[in-house]
This record gives sequence, C-alpha cells and structure tokens, in this order.
Amino acid sequence: MKKWIFGLGMGLCLLTACGGGANKEEAKENSQTATEAAKAADKQEGKKDGFSGKITFTYRDNGTAKEKMGLYRWVTAAYETWEHKDEVELDIAPITASEGDYFTKIALQLADPSTCPDLVCEDTFQLPNDAAAGYLTDLTSYLKEYDEWDQYYESMQSITSVEGVCYGVPYCTDTRGLFYNRGVLEKAGVIQAGEDWEPKSWEDILSACQKIKDSDPDVIPFWCNSGKATGEATSMQTYEMLLYGTGEKLLDEDGKWIVESQGIKDSLEFIQNIYKKGYGPSLDLVLTGQGGLNAEREYLPSGKLGILLDGLWITAPWKEEGAAPWKNYEKECGLAAMPTSKGQAPGTVTLSGGWALSLPENGDNKDATFDFVKHMMSEKNYLDLVLFEGDICTRKDIAEKEEYKAQPFFEFGTKLLDTAGYRPQNDLYSSVSTGIQEMVESVVTGTSIDDAISQYAANTASIVGDDNVVKK
Amino acid sequence: MKTNRFLRECRQSILLIPAMALLLLFFVVPVFLTIFFSFTNMALTGATAKNYDIVGISNYIRLFKDKVALSVIKNTLFFLAGSLLGQQFVGFILAYCMRECSATFRRIVGPCILCGWVMPEIVVSLCMLAFFDMEGTANTILKTLHLPIISWIFGFPMLTVILANIWHGTAFSMLNFQSALDHVPRDMEEAARVDGANRLQVLWHLLIPCMKQTIGMNTMLNTFSTLGVFGLIWAMTGGGPGNKTTTLSIYMYNAGMKNFQLGKGTAIGILILLLGGVCSIGYSFLFYEREKKSRRKFGKVKTTLAERREG
Repeated sequence: MKKWIFGLGMGLCLLTACGGGANKEEAKENSQTATEAAKAADKQEGKKDGFSGKITFTYRDNGTAKEKMGLYRWVTAAYETWEHKDEVELDIAPITASEGDYFTKIALQLADPSTCPDLVCEDTFQLPNDAAAGYLTDLTSYLKEYDEWDQYYESMQSITSVEGVCYGVPYCTDTRGLFYNRGVLEKAGVIQAGEDWEPKSWEDILSACQKIKDSDPDVIPFWCNSGKATGEATSMQTYEMLLYGTGEKLLDEDGKWIVESQGIKDSLEFIQNIYKKGYGPSLDLVLTGQGGLNAEREYLPSGKLGILLDGLWITAPWKEEGAAPWKNYEKECGLAAMPTSKGQAPGTVTLSGGWALSLPENGDNKDATFDFVKHMMSEKNYLDLVLFEGDICTRKDIAEKEEYKAQPFFEFGTKLLDTAGYRPQNDLYSSVSTGIQEMVESVVTGTSIDDAISQYAANTASIVGDDNVVKK
Repeated sequence: MKTNRFLRECRQSILLIPAMALLLLFFVVPVFLTIFFSFTNMALTGATAKNYDIVGISNYIRLFKDKVALSVIKNTLFFLAGSLLGQQFVGFILAYCMRECSATFRRIVGPCILCGWVMPEIVVSLCMLAFFDMEGTANTILKTLHLPIISWIFGFPMLTVILANIWHGTAFSMLNFQSALDHVPRDMEEAARVDGANRLQVLWHLLIPCMKQTIGMNTMLNTFSTLGVFGLIWAMTGGGPGNKTTTLSIYMYNAGMKNFQLGKGTAIGILILLLGGVCSIGYSFLFYEREKKSRRKFGKVKTTLAERREG
C-alpha cells in the first residue's frame, strides 16, 4: 500500500497540471457563454461601452519593493487616469518568481480559465510558444481599431507576431553590451582616464580581465549570467551574445537547430576560460537566481566588479528614484559594444528581445482589457514607464522625446539596434533555451565542452525531433 | 438469517462507496493517466499542449539513451544510500545513548532532535543553507578550530544535501529505534552481562538481532521518504551545480515544468514509481522470509507447550 501511495504522490505532482488540460475546452466554453451572457446583459442595460467586471494584471515581481517596480507604477498610474476606472476594477496580481519559474507559472495559469489573468506580460521569446498552445488572443481585430498602431516600429510589431498574426502589444525592447566600472579599468591600466574602452575581440576582453586580476585580486574581473537559476538571461545575455558573435545562429538557413558546431565550441570555450582562469565570480555568487541583481546593483557600482555583460535595463535602478541609486553613474560606468569573436565584420554584436502585453485566450474581459492597454501605451503613461525602467521604447513618437533621448547610454544603446540579432520566432525556442542554460552551467561547473555539447544535442533532439537538428 | 447477513453486507458496502470513489478518483485514475501521458508528447505550452500525440515508448527510449538520466539515477541511488546509512546510523546511536541516560535528559534532548523532523522541508533547507554557507555556522566552527574553510554547497554538493537530509530525517529513525530498544527486556541484557559479555557484544549479539524487524521497516519507510525528497534539494541547490545533485524527482520537475515536456516528465515519474516498487518488493521479500521463520519458531514453541500440557 505504501508504495502505491508514494508513487501516486509523485505522479500527482505532474498530473495536477495535466488534469487542467482535460477540462479546458469545457470550461472555456462555459466561460465564453458566461461572457456572452454578460455582454448581452450589458447591452440590455444600455451601458455605453459595456465595460464592467475586473481586469487581472499579471507580471513578474523580482522581489523589489512595489513602489520601485516600474510595471507596478505604470499600471497603477495608468488606472488612475483611465476613463473607465469607475466601471472596471483592477486586480494587480504579480508572480514573485525567478525568471525561469515565471514562465512555468504563467503557462499553468493561462491553461486554466479559473486562474487565467486578463492581461499578462509575456517575454517575446515565450510568446510564440504560448501562442502555439492557443493560450493567447489573436489581436488582429483589436489592432485594426487601434489608430496609434502604426507608431510602433515594424521590427517590434514583428517580434510579437507569429506567422503574421500579432499576439501582443510590445512595450519594451533592449540591447546588450559590456558595462564596465571606469575606476576599476583605469586602475588596472586597461584604459586611461576619460578614455572609452573599445574591445575589438574576445581576446581583448580576456586580456583586460587578466589586467584587472593582476591589479587587484579581490575584484571580480568579469560577470555574465551563467546558471540555470538566472534562466533566459543565461541563454540570451551570455550564450547567444557569444554565439551570434561567432557569426552563427541557433537555427541554420533551413530552419534546423544547430546542435554541434565550431561556433558553439568557441562560445563555451570563452565561458570556460572566464571561470578556469579565475576571471569570473565564485560559483556560489553567480549560480543563484539573485546573482544577476547583486552584480548590477551592488558589485559593479561599488567597484567589486570590473565588467558586466548585460542589458541596457540594468541602468534603471541606478537612477535617483531607482531601487539601487548610483550617483554619477553616467560618469563612473561605461558601456562598450560586445565585439565579435575575432573582430570580424560587423565588428560588434548585440541581441534584442523585449516584452509585450498579451491578452490570454481564457481571459473573460478582453474588450475592456484592450482599451486599458491602449491607455497604458498612451504617450504620458508610456513615457513614464520607459524613463523609469530604462527600456528602449517601441514607439517612434516616444523615441523623439527630449527626456528620453537625454538618458545616459541611450543614444549608444539604441544605435546598437541596427546590428541587433533576434532570437528565433519559434514555438520550441523556450524549451530549447532551458537546455542552453543547462549546457552553460555544466561547463561552468567543470563538465568538458564535448560532453556538454552532446548533452545539449540529445536534449534538443528530444524537444524538436531528430529530423530537425543538424551538426556542422 | 442469511438474507439479513446479505443485507448487512450490502449496507456496509454502500457505506464504503464514498471512500472507494475518492480513492478511485484521486489515486487510481491519476496513476493510469500518468502511465498514459508518459506515452504521449504532451507539453505544458506550445503546439503539443493543445493536441498531443501518442508517441509510444519513445520517451522511455530517450531516457535510457540520455547520459544525464543515467547520472541522475546514479545521484538518486547515492542520495538514497547516503541518507539511509546516515539517518539510521545516527538515529541508532542517539537512541542507544538515550537509553543509557536519565529520563530527564531524554525529555530535554529528545524534543530538540525532533525539531529537525517536525520542521517543513523548506525551513530545513533554509537552515541548512545558512549552516553550510561560505560564511555560515559550519565554516565559522572550522575557522575557530583553525581549519581551512570549505565551499560546502559548491565543492561537495551531494554530501551537503545528504547531510541536510540526515539532519532532517534522523529523528524519525531515532524514535523507531528508541521504541524498539525499550521493548528489549532488561533482564536479557543483564543475563548476558552476567555471562561476561561486554557492551559491544551485547549490542551486536543481543540488541541488534532483537531489533532486526524495526531496522527493516525503518529502512523501507526511509527509502520512500528519501526517494520523494524534492523541496529540500530544490531550495538548497536547485539540482545544481550542473547536475550534481539532480535526483529523479528534480529531474522530473525540470523536464515537466521547466522544459514544458510533460510527457517526458511523467515518464520519469513512472521510473521513480518503478524504483520504489523494486525497493519495496526487495524489502518485503526480506520481511516475508523473516516472518515465516519467526512464525515457524513461534509455532514450535506453541506445540511444545501444548505437548507439555498434555504430558
């Protein structure tokens, strides 16, 4: 009997998720008929827009205090000025989780109508996956009536679309590069005072690290997200920045996943060098979910860290009203473009992603929600957000604003967008990405590069199928 | 008379229906569903979340070809063996020592040790993280002893989680052994002493044989609870660094919830079920053997007694 109970318990853990799937269709129908009935009732009562009920908004809370969270400020401020705020209630329901856990929790919530929020923040890499599962609403009919939609950059419209169908309103994008503490690099003799650091190849980065290490052994020369706990940040800010810098991509021209190649080897070798030669932080610092936050908010500003490979948004907390103010950060911190592996054309590399506001298919208040989205994305509300969050904006009209352009690093960061690479718009990318994180962490913790790659190959093949992988 | 009994049977069965229905709904059906899902390519999100296909045993084939899966099974067995040995050894020593001590001492020390067991897994892992941290209690102790400090969690991850699990589970073994020891008659021990046996001989030839049954049962219970450990490892190391502390339950969660491959995740779940099954069959085989023997012995005593009475 005990073995039964035990085994059942183990199985149940997974089955709770599957059980939801079986009832999904039925429950959806119920909720649909319910909303239709509600709409009909509204019409009879003669309400002008038929807006009522509640909008539940879900985003990722990384543990920062509420009033320091850009998204929280954004949504509450927008709600205060929304014309329908008296009819529609706003329920702010953040998910406090590490980045990796957030997508799991979102997928579970979206699948079940009883827990499904009405408005959700989706990372654009996860969006194709959730769209393919039928979790997200096709926004085509809403966007037709959205007259400001042509103010959005076309590249931004396309990263929230899957095969021409748009599933989200993009609200931020970003570029990545090497942030460095000028004081540390000057002391190590990498740059002269007032000079900008411009590494031309990976070799330049490694030699700068060596100089930093020689000048002060207590300073961590180089930090990049390297573990499974930091989730997508490890895949994108670290591995893909390197891989794209070798001139390779994740998929080849035929749309097959490359699972073994010189580019993968070179990228992993760079990461291995960082840790083997003692340029990286100790593993207990970097392999935790909070590692990246500590690096950007504590180590880099305080001069305990020399170079940080990360995205433009990390400058936001340094602002005066931010979560970790850094006085004079525009002077004490520098931003260099990530060089390609050997300095080959185009010389620098960056990746660009972004987040979007999506309406879940199981949400039951879509018309009101989209109206609210339009209001959130209206000029004043949206400008406040991009200024606070340190994001690159997705609208051309906002990009012209003086306050926006005056932000430190933004001119440089936005210029990088010209050569930016994107992650594949593929519904299996987010699953493959967890394999990338495993590969990087295993190399960092001492597994040989060949073993890590063969594990990645096996893992990827099990996700995308044996016919869709290729070795180069 | 007969119809009465039949009616009573019926009435009793009706009363059982709710319990049976609950069992069926929450235990039997999920088990068969899990087995079914492990033969599909169901996913948490993505195209196969909506329409999954039956893919036969390919989930299992992949598992057995997967190098990580093999090392994960190895980790699981290592974790199991380490926890079992540690928990039972320490538990036994504690129980044995407490037997020799005064009742007041037992009353004070017992609850202290029980604390580790009563605590929820997640609290245990936070305590252990604080203990094994680079600047935690363990390293502070080492420092005061002028010994080199150790990076416990990253240098010896498996050892660290095993130690944490031992700390968590020892009290349970201790309780079991204590009650077993209490049932060994003192006069037997005294008789052995009078015959010239020393402490160790008493322990080896008298106490342990008397407790064999308890040891067996304790091993079985600990096996199941150890195979199911998830929160402790998850909160301490997340299965890392690399895959060094990934046990089957962590691997299952990663496959199902992190990689969104529910089909593969359930297949790993079935693997855990099988592992638990093999262990339990093994133990109950040992049990059964012993029980048969003791029953035979007991039977003999009975017959001799009966013969004497008759004589």
